[in-house]
Amino acid sequence: MKYLALVYYQESIINAMTEKEWHDLNQKCIQCVAGLAEAGHFIAGQALQPVETATTVRVRNGETLISDGPFAETKEQLAGFYLLEARDLNEAIQLAEKIPPAQLGSIEVRPIRDLPPPD
Amino acid sequence: MTIETQLEQLYQTHSRRVLATLIRLLGDFELAEEAMHEAFVAALQQWPDQGVPDNPTAWLISAGRHKGIDQIRRRQTLRQHQQLLLDEEEPLATPFNDNTLEDDQLRLIFTCCHPSLATEAQLALTLREMCGLTTEQVAKGLLQKPATIAQRIVRAKRKIRDAAIPYEVPDIKALPERLHNVLQVVYLVFNEGYSSSMGDSVVNHNLAEEAIRLGRLLCELLPETEVLGLLALMLLQDSRKAARQTPEGDLITLDEQDRTRWNQPQIQEGLAWLDHAMAQPPVGPYTLQAAIAALHAQSKSSDETDWVQIAGLYDLLQRINPSPVIALNRSVALAMRDGPEAGLQALHPLEEELQNYYLLHAAKADFYRRLNRIPEARAAYQTALNLTQQLPEQRYLQKRLASL
Repeated sequence: MKYLALVYYQESIINAMTEKEWHDLNQKCIQCVAGLAEAGHFIAGQALQPVETATTVRVRNGETLISDGPFAETKEQLAGFYLLEARDLNEAIQLAEKIPPAQLGSIEVRPIRDLPPPD
Repeated sequence: MTIETQLEQLYQTHSRRVLATLIRLLGDFELAEEAMHEAFVAALQQWPDQGVPDNPTAWLISAGRHKGIDQIRRRQTLRQHQQLLLDEEEPLATPFNDNTLEDDQLRLIFTCCHPSLATEAQLALTLREMCGLTTEQVAKGLLQKPATIAQRIVRAKRKIRDAAIPYEVPDIKALPERLHNVLQVVYLVFNEGYSSSMGDSVVNHNLAEEAIRLGRLLCELLPETEVLGLLALMLLQDSRKAARQTPEGDLITLDEQDRTRWNQPQIQEGLAWLDHAMAQPPVGPYTLQAAIAALHAQSKSSDETDWVQIAGLYDLLQRINPSPVIALNRSVALAMRDGPEAGLQALHPLEEELQNYYLLHAAKADFYRRLNRIPEARAAYQTALNLTQQLPEQRYLQKRLASL
């Protein structure tokens, strides 16, 4: 099974970090990816730029509407993602526990939906 | 005994075990349930001629498995279940001994009570799959519409399938937390039965009995300290059910209950389970609450109750499991030990957090009443009255108010 682990945290917590704390968090994330990859669980993953860099695109009646920021204001913001390979939800949860921001934000674990075969 | 009666009994006592194993073998809740029912129908048709098999449970599981595989064929979802079909002709890897059957029941409990399901879904699923209640019975017990419960169960099963919630007992690392969740669900079922949050009846016997049955099963399967403690707690609380209500459905508080109506055999059983739990330290919140219930159960009257020890147990409980409701109960015990003034003082820090909880105001009113501070007592009873929807509670508070 493939699961997407969506990493959320309050950017305000990150903004309040010292340079050293921010550096350490990034190093922990790098180690986490290395560990997951070594165990064969890591398929893909990236960290995201802060939410202020986001642009939302909608197409309505053929017209493209572009606006600033994410669609919904939330308490925690999407900060990155891991695409994981796991046996089942229990294993996916155990992997998500290891993602460093789990300790300061939250990780949403969602199973991947396979698209039907093309017509 | 006719085959029909025999099968009916077998359904009562063994259908959950058959189901739990079929879910593992067929990998699908719905399919397993259908297959189980078909297996019982087949037994009803075949056993009168062929005689009752030596191991009826194994027969039912085996029949159910074949019915389930037939069903898969009919549905032509071959692609998804290829592996299962390949295995069909081979003998079963795991024979049906008592151990695998027990493991399957634990798997079923841990799946129904998986924390990734909403609490309401865990409750409904546990009652449906573990206790074997019909959707209508679950709805009645939880004071919901059957359609709501049906939808909850369908959604939960869909999530189990789509998110691949595994059919397994969690590993050692995750077990304590997951077991805690299971116990919470069982105790929620019990409390739904003990006092429904709305409506006219204080006690819904059925759900409390189901919870106790689940508690007994867990004690057999996984006799951890808190599992034993929870069963003791439920038995001791439930032992008072005949004394908790007047025939008109009015509430009778602990101090006014006719203690000769408490169920003595159930108290003895509760005390025995409590002893087992106490013999396996460290104890947790359920065991401590059972120990408090045990002191009440062994006292002839409220005055003769060992309030010193009860207050001490509440202190301990509050330390390992701080909660405002426990602090509220502690204040009542303190008032019994040291007088109503001490109770009021202990209540004071809780007032903000529990301002909408009617029992806080009822306790406060009671302390004022005992201090003969009538206007304050009256105001507090009135606040309590405004905060509860339960008719028996309302009648009780009105009676108290009128007696001032």
